[in-house]
Amino acid sequence: MSVDAKPDTAVKPARRAAPPGSQGTMLRKTGDWARRGPLLPALVFMIIVTQLPFVVTIVVSFMDWNAYYPDERGFAGIDNFRRVLTDANTRHAIWVTIVLTAGVVLISLVLGLLIALLLDRKFRGRGAVRTMMITPFLVVPVAAALLWKHALYNPTYGLFNGVLKWLFGENAPQPDWISNQPLWSIIFALVWQWTPFMMLILLAGLQSRPLDVIEAAGIDGANQWEIFRYMTLPHLRQYLELSALLGSIYVVQNFDAVFTITSGGLGTANLPYTIYQTFYTAHDYGRASAAGVIVVIGTIVIATLALRSVSTLFREETGR
Amino acid sequence: MSSSITMVKGHQRRGGGWALSGLAWIVGILFVLPVLWMLLTSFHSEEDAAKNPPDVAAPLTLDGYRAFFDTGPWPSILNSLTASILSTVLVLLLAFPAAYALSIRPVKKWTDVLFFFLSTKMLPVVAGLLPIYLFAQSVHFLDNIWLLIILYTSMNLPIAVWMLRSFLSEVPVEILEAASVDGASLTRTLRSVVAPVVTPGIASAALICFIFSWNELLFARVLTGTVAQTAPVFLTGFVTSQGLFLAKVCAASIVVSLPVLIAGFAAQDKLVQGLSLGAVK
Repeated sequence: MSVDAKPDTAVKPARRAAPPGSQGTMLRKTGDWARRGPLLPALVFMIIVTQLPFVVTIVVSFMDWNAYYPDERGFAGIDNFRRVLTDANTRHAIWVTIVLTAGVVLISLVLGLLIALLLDRKFRGRGAVRTMMITPFLVVPVAAALLWKHALYNPTYGLFNGVLKWLFGENAPQPDWISNQPLWSIIFALVWQWTPFMMLILLAGLQSRPLDVIEAAGIDGANQWEIFRYMTLPHLRQYLELSALLGSIYVVQNFDAVFTITSGGLGTANLPYTIYQTFYTAHDYGRASAAGVIVVIGTIVIATLALRSVSTLFREETGR
Repeated sequence: MSSSITMVKGHQRRGGGWALSGLAWIVGILFVLPVLWMLLTSFHSEEDAAKNPPDVAAPLTLDGYRAFFDTGPWPSILNSLTASILSTVLVLLLAFPAAYALSIRPVKKWTDVLFFFLSTKMLPVVAGLLPIYLFAQSVHFLDNIWLLIILYTSMNLPIAVWMLRSFLSEVPVEILEAASVDGASLTRTLRSVVAPVVTPGIASAALICFIFSWNELLFARVLTGTVAQTAPVFLTGFVTSQGLFLAKVCAASIVVSLPVLIAGFAAQDKLVQGLSLGAVK
């Protein structure tokens, strides 16, 4: 278990007192570069592949650029931003993204915690239940979305309405799940996929509890709820934060489920889907880029807050 | 592990143990049920698959799978394998030295570098998509599997760096120091001191990178056409056909998910390590 902050095992080999004078400085500089060397390929690669495109996005976001009207390419100032921010669709997409992400992450976090608590006991077939539980996460996301859309939600031959007919006979209600609750249809399909993810991390957290302390608390007369509230939950906190952060990183960018289940229709287009559409279908490069820049700014604000909390999580020695 | 669980067993059993165990089973079955349903439907004929209420005991057939393989999915499956495996190899080649420079012989401000890597995961992919598309278009690199390999490498590199760093930081530095004083060669040090600690980390990183590359849809859909199309893109194009298609779609989904299902089941513990960026070992 290395999530817990642990004492520094290193003996500070780095800063051996360099001999005074310029020779020492030079030696240290060479040493610094020898240290940086192995890092550079990965760092340079990441900067070129992930940061450079964003610079281009920023430039394009200030341009009039629609692939359908190539002659009208030019400088647009902040027009694209104004159009994006005043566009009702975009504002709705921002809202959808928030609801979708918060809904999926919170519901699967709570479910994941409850199921992790259930699985943190010894019982017959525990391994089998765990294996069953992780299966949804191992289905390719597009396949999972197709499964929910066609095999489960479909009003005429989906399993849900099939079960209703089994239970209530021929006159059973046969709702059109996706049309009635488009956003919740997507949220449920994603909760099904992400609960196992949360469960796995939280179960690992539960199993890393110092059991002797909990034993002692039990002997001292603490009841189950007190043990959970004052010992298990504080211990789990960093695991909850980690799974929420990682879950958000993936769910906020979700494209597969929205694309497959509703194709962004019925008011379910989230930001990734909207930008994809502006760029891929409408070919409005300027506006797509402006939306991209806005998303990036929003993400940076949220990510800074999230990273601050997660950095306490990985607060290991800083001065090795 | 099992002994520590037995230790508190009596204590946890008090509140109606069998009921909780039963509940755990029910929850597990509920979660796996859609997949089992997909599996069963994939072996039904299209007519039986479209029945309502569903006919569980309908005769089994391989027609769905035959129909799927008749549409020629192999090129896209091979593309997915190529992109996933090669990008995973590239990720590991780049991530291992980087993780080394962030743990065993760390650069100054290594935490900043580490968080830079993670922050690239937070930037929405879709915002960088357009420039990548335009660039690829201008150098005639669209519909080329190498474009996906490079992008998948950038997508997974931060995860692998975090994971491998977390494993490498468990390597006892004193022993490394001692080995270098004794004049042990770098290869020997790597093999005898570093490898035992890091091999499980490499396995987890590889598993998770493979899964994420295999699953990726957005890049693949925008940047590939007929030549470099991957399996998930192939799947999305599957439902457009008229008439009944449920059994065929289920068969296709099972086939495309199979590599991930097998890898994930075979390495459940590696999966946990990978998903938590190596924070959980």
